[in-house]
Amino acid sequence: MMLGLGLALSVGACSSSHDSSFLHPYGEVAFSQRRLFFEIIGWMMIVILPVFVAVPVLAWRYRRTSSRSRYSPDWEFSWPLEILVWGVPVAVVGILTYYIWTLENRLDPYRPIDAEGAPLEVQVVGLDWKWLFIYPEEKIATVGTLALPANRPVHFDITSDTVMQSFFIPALGSQIYAMAGMVTQLNLVADRPGTVRGQNTQFNGLGFQEQKFVVEAMAPQDFDAWVDTVRTTGVPLDGAAWQTLQRKSTPKEARAALGTQEMPPTALYFASVSDAFFNDIVDKYRTPPASASNAAQQQTAEREP
Amino acid sequence: MSWSHIVFGNLSVDALPLYSAIAATAASVVVLGAVGTFALITVLGKWRYLWSEWFTSVDHKRIGIMYIVIALVMLTRAVIEGVMMRMQQAVALDSPGYLPPDHFAQLFSTHGTIMIFFMAMPFLTGVINYVMPLQIGARDVSFPLLNSISLWLTAAGAVIMMASLCLGKFSTGGWTGYPPYTGIAFNPGVGPDYWIWAVTLGTVGSTLTGINFAVTIYKERAPGMRLMYMPLFCWTALCTSILMIFAMPPLTVATGLLALDRYLGMHFFTNDLGGNMMNYANLLWLFGHPEVYILVLPAFGVYSTVFSTFSSKTLYGYTSLVGATICIAVLSFTVWVHHFFTMGQSADLNAAFGTATMMIGIPTGVKIYDWILTMYRGRIRFTVPLLYALAFLLLFVVGGLSGILLANPAVDYQVHNTLFLVAHFHNMLIPGVLFGMLAAYHFWFPKAFGFRLNETWGRIAFAFWASGFLFAFMPLYALGALGMPRRTQEFFNPAYLPYTIVAAIGGLLILAALASLFIQLGVSISRREETRAFAGDPWNGRTLEWSTSSPPPEYNFAILPRVEGKDAFHRMKEHGEAYLRPDAYEPIEVPRNSAMGPVIGVSGAAVAFGLVWHIWWMACLGLLVIWGAVIARSFVRNTTRVIPASEVEATERRWLDAVSRTQRVTRDDELQPANRGLAVASAT
Repeated sequence: MMLGLGLALSVGACSSSHDSSFLHPYGEVAFSQRRLFFEIIGWMMIVILPVFVAVPVLAWRYRRTSSRSRYSPDWEFSWPLEILVWGVPVAVVGILTYYIWTLENRLDPYRPIDAEGAPLEVQVVGLDWKWLFIYPEEKIATVGTLALPANRPVHFDITSDTVMQSFFIPALGSQIYAMAGMVTQLNLVADRPGTVRGQNTQFNGLGFQEQKFVVEAMAPQDFDAWVDTVRTTGVPLDGAAWQTLQRKSTPKEARAALGTQEMPPTALYFASVSDAFFNDIVDKYRTPPASASNAAQQQTAEREP
Repeated sequence: MSWSHIVFGNLSVDALPLYSAIAATAASVVVLGAVGTFALITVLGKWRYLWSEWFTSVDHKRIGIMYIVIALVMLTRAVIEGVMMRMQQAVALDSPGYLPPDHFAQLFSTHGTIMIFFMAMPFLTGVINYVMPLQIGARDVSFPLLNSISLWLTAAGAVIMMASLCLGKFSTGGWTGYPPYTGIAFNPGVGPDYWIWAVTLGTVGSTLTGINFAVTIYKERAPGMRLMYMPLFCWTALCTSILMIFAMPPLTVATGLLALDRYLGMHFFTNDLGGNMMNYANLLWLFGHPEVYILVLPAFGVYSTVFSTFSSKTLYGYTSLVGATICIAVLSFTVWVHHFFTMGQSADLNAAFGTATMMIGIPTGVKIYDWILTMYRGRIRFTVPLLYALAFLLLFVVGGLSGILLANPAVDYQVHNTLFLVAHFHNMLIPGVLFGMLAAYHFWFPKAFGFRLNETWGRIAFAFWASGFLFAFMPLYALGALGMPRRTQEFFNPAYLPYTIVAAIGGLLILAALASLFIQLGVSISRREETRAFAGDPWNGRTLEWSTSSPPPEYNFAILPRVEGKDAFHRMKEHGEAYLRPDAYEPIEVPRNSAMGPVIGVSGAAVAFGLVWHIWWMACLGLLVIWGAVIARSFVRNTTRVIPASEVEATERRWLDAVSRTQRVTRDDELQPANRGLAVASAT
């Protein structure tokens, strides 16, 4: 009741574009999640509303000061009621289980989005307290801004070069952990141009609250133009730049250390990123596979979609 | 290595909390509080009394009370910390607020650690300790000395938590302490070590407690008390104890391995050299999810007792409730992966764990309906424990709803790690556990101390707790749905601000609730003559603990009761078998007091403190003392003492004479001074 009220309020309250959440979805994953969220609440009302009604009604009706009500101090069991109190929760959980096994498996973060054309590949590296986005096909990288073409699925490969983090763009869909030495995957799509926010949700130190980024979903031609801009204005992601990025710093501090006049005030652009950049980061934490079980253990977070 | 390093390890003047005025103030309050308490005890000359009557006592009732004292002290600290965080977030829009990130991160770590391990656990352990042996008609737990050792280990953990406020900084890794963040590479300071050793002391104590309670329930029940005659509270205590036995060790192992990583350079959970933090997540939540039910099951037992007693009616669906309790206990071991749906495992695995999670909702739902049906055709009295129980029913189902949402992996991918999750578990833990414990405190206080708590202040406290909870945590659901991550010291989204302000107001209401609780205690003590209930049965109770005097004698029952059904004392009253004078009394053997508990507690704290600060001589000495004490104890033959029959008779006569002088009251006078603890048998 309060929950529903709160959510209704929040739907009303956040209409500006950068206050993004799955309540204002920008993509089909978040859209499905919102629908699911409210459908589950709806089904749950079958078991919850009777409680909200029965507790006050029974408590008042059978209050001690009321002499009209029947009093059966030794009544302790009834088969019909027993079947009802077990049966209704079983039925509701049964329905919701069906939801999990059918609808929700479509929302597996590893499952590619159904759409024509190859997805855009983005490699994400979690650093202390910023995300590095590598576009391997375009050979560019950014910090602070993630640009995406609207209506084209995006496939993320995610790792961490530090402690565990969680990569999350609420308005687009699911979050997934980033862990060193492992690669997790995520598939999202933005269904229209616009600006939303992304973040890390797993506390990773004193700059955690600043680990946010802007997600710009663009028309395809705008995205191509943006890639060109990054190529021309970006600084090379060489050893020195990488060392600076690896230091504990907020996106703002990294921008101050590496940014140039041509870049937007909140973003860092890198050009000429080597093909092996992402894999080198992942491999750094992998011991040579001394034994098969060791290697298998390290691979557990990676699986085929 | 310098001389001072050998003596003091890494401890130096730098460890003093001078980095922030707030931290320094908090440390001063702790130090002054401790010094003041010591001074007061010294001035009153009460050290000998405390030592011989309390600290060395192995009486389950005394131990239970001491557990609850620890819980209330720690509750006070952790509530203040919670309110500080709510206040910070109310002013943190585009602003660093008044708490630096470093301090804020320590606060959410200590708040969670204390609330779970040093508030909720001691509270429920204290309540079970006090009530369960009385309810099953036993004279003590199976292993009274072990009980005292468990208490002192928990106390040692609490002391380490308090020490972390004064010397050095606590962990910033949250109550879950996830590596590699808490590993030595990323957190070389003492914080994670404080967390590791405080939690380890607490979990070892809880494992021992679980063994003790389970054995007690299996072996010490009064003649005739079958398992299916036990009060439901004892069933929940049994299931909680079994969960403790199996769920606590994984955490002890996890913290132990993390300690090996940190102290000896091993690589269980590091990023490199084969370490894998996913193993930690599994071990932690293999403990962590059953832990949720360890906490909530005893509260369910309390609610069962409260609904039945204050509806003047037998519990509806006893068998069903027992079955549901066992279901919950078993299922609680099958759901731990839902704490990390977002770790990248297969969708089918997540779906399986999501399904198992929702299945726990079934027996829990059954319980809710059974309690509602217990009120049906009853005669309900709206006393403070029942108010908590009613609020629990209404609020807990909201938490159940958000729990079912989180159990769906696809929804969890959205709200995981956000304030939605924080709202959910506070929704389960405050109306579920805390309200249950407060109801228990109110309900059994007259049993423990011989006088009732003040009803008016009890209602005021209840109103503040319930409203404070709603204001503080309902906005967090909305904030979580809006994507605000938990553990955020500063935020940049103006849409969050109205909610964080409302939540801060809720925090202040909760602070008022806490204050009301202490005012109630003060008022109740000063007016205790008006509410004396020595005869022992102020609530027209149904179970055996009410068949003794209040407070009960050391040996609980002069003659062990003979049980012939559920609601044993209710049955005795109906058949006129209560308050009978036996023909003869027999001498009773009770365990002797022992200094083992305090010795092991103090040594345990010394080991932990020594390990935190690398003061190796202190850690070794502490271990040596524990080892020596255990060996020395094994030579002690004279571990019990006999209370002669004449003394038992005198004690019992004093009580039964008082009972025969006491006026029986109907439930109309339940809250009046006329209620001296002797009830008219029928419900009218």
